[in-house]
Amino acid sequence: MTSLNTKANIKAPDEFYAELLAVHEGLSKAESDALNARLILLLANHIGDRQVLSEALQAAARKE
Amino acid sequence: MSKVFEVPLYPYQRSPDQDAATPVRHTVVVVGAGPVGLALAIDLAMQDVPVVVVDENDKVSWGSRAICFAKRPLEILDRLGCGDPMVDKGVVWNLGKVYFDERQVFGFNLLPEEGHKRPAFINLQQYYLEQFLVDRVRELQAEGKPIELRGGSKVLDVSQHDSGAELTIGTPDGPYQISADWVVACDGAASPIRTLLGLEFTGRVFEDNFLIADVVMEADFPTERWFWFDPPFNRGQSALLHKQPDNVWRIDFQLGWDIDREKELKPENIDRRLRAMLGDEISYQLEWSSIYTFQCRRMDRFREGRVLFAGDSAHQVSPFGARGANSGLQDADNLAWKLKLIVDGKSPLTLLDSYDVERVHGADENILNSSRSTDFITPKSEISRIFRDAVLDLSERYEATRPMVNSGRLSVPCTYDGSPLNGPDCAVMPERTRPGSPMVDAPVPGGWLFDRLGSAFHLLTIDAETPEPLPEYGVGCKRLALSTADDPDGYLKQRYLGDAVSGVYLVRPDQHVAARWEAFDEAAVTAALGKAMGR
Repeated sequence: MTSLNTKANIKAPDEFYAELLAVHEGLSKAESDALNARLILLLANHIGDRQVLSEALQAAARKE
Repeated sequence: MSKVFEVPLYPYQRSPDQDAATPVRHTVVVVGAGPVGLALAIDLAMQDVPVVVVDENDKVSWGSRAICFAKRPLEILDRLGCGDPMVDKGVVWNLGKVYFDERQVFGFNLLPEEGHKRPAFINLQQYYLEQFLVDRVRELQAEGKPIELRGGSKVLDVSQHDSGAELTIGTPDGPYQISADWVVACDGAASPIRTLLGLEFTGRVFEDNFLIADVVMEADFPTERWFWFDPPFNRGQSALLHKQPDNVWRIDFQLGWDIDREKELKPENIDRRLRAMLGDEISYQLEWSSIYTFQCRRMDRFREGRVLFAGDSAHQVSPFGARGANSGLQDADNLAWKLKLIVDGKSPLTLLDSYDVERVHGADENILNSSRSTDFITPKSEISRIFRDAVLDLSERYEATRPMVNSGRLSVPCTYDGSPLNGPDCAVMPERTRPGSPMVDAPVPGGWLFDRLGSAFHLLTIDAETPEPLPEYGVGCKRLALSTADDPDGYLKQRYLGDAVSGVYLVRPDQHVAARWEAFDEAAVTAALGKAMGR
């Protein structure tokens, strides 16, 4: 069973981060929220693996 | 011309019970002549269990109400001898379309599996369903079966003791008493019997109102289920269009929570909504309209001593998914054969505890699915609406999120996994027919598998030997011997054998699988039958 990869896995992280901010540029809060929701759904579908998705949800929901 | 639901079909008639010196005792009294009460009474009477149905009204359901009947309930109605008129009258549909705002997001096809006698769904007004059930009651009466239908008879009081219940029935001639070994309350979501017994009915309230308008119109819309999220003609809300027989169309508008009911029900306001939705040029007649709210809730248990609860009296769901009447018919299906065994003294009273276990399981599944649909249709928070809209937005362009679009997960029968009545399973056989599952129809020589199963226990053998003649095990167990040699399209093999070379299925009278093996073993079958009978 695959588990959530929490090691660094994106090449050129600065470029990814900049691209993430760029698609939100000029959007209202509501538009950005909608974009984030679409992004989450597309990525979740790409991952598909229910175990990984549950772990990601738990990891994201966790507060120190 | 008066509508079928305006004609008294079982008007009040004085019963000899009203002139009896002491209360007359009946084996089973069913309270409520709706789809569930009538189906249960028919099932009992066909098996020679005397039954009296009492209902405070004398007509079938006012207005269409439930309109969508799924394959499994149609199979149950076939077993009760009245499936044909329903399916002949009903509208068969498979296609659906989902709209968001002004755009069609996608269409779906239920793609019913081949090799079944009955379609996945038909749409049929509840009043027709009830009318055909009443016709069947009359047919059974003509055959001399012990079934009585008393209209204009309202239960005013009920009390119970270890061996039965006492009922006070109110009539136009005043009240009278009867006794019953068993009472089954099929008296709807507002169940007076439940209230009289002081039993709880708790769950989740959904703060929403829906307007149903059933209109008669000549329209060339296709026979499809159309569902709108947030359409221009009903901003921020949803809407549904679905066809019924006789050119009656079900139109359902979500209204939200804070509304003025009387104002919304005014014909001119309904007219304004209909024209905004369908265009100014439509001509129609309003057949029935109603505003409903709903809850998802159930009783803690469906058996309370000598009183059993079935259908909406026991559990209530949102209408999305057509899980109300469909699950009620499955309650009746589950209960009738158990009452029969108990009345005949063949099973202990504890067999009825399995009715509670199995149908609570079914109700929980329906409540879960129907609550999830409702959460999608009516998002309860800002973030929930953001995700809902994102799913709809993406679904227009990508297949990825379409399975998440939830305008109602349509009723499918439940599998009684973990039921105390389940016997051994055989691991190499298909999962869909494991113990607890409803049987799956298949073409067999001369017709359909379901037409070969009646309301008895059956031992279905596929390419398997049994002693001849097979004993009836004291409950009229019948053998149905089939062979893969007569299975040209491989349905039997695919649905019942899987990797097994032969199969022996013990089938309950409600056509659920009790146990299965690769080969016949006398001791194993006897033990499984005893278990399925609650012994």
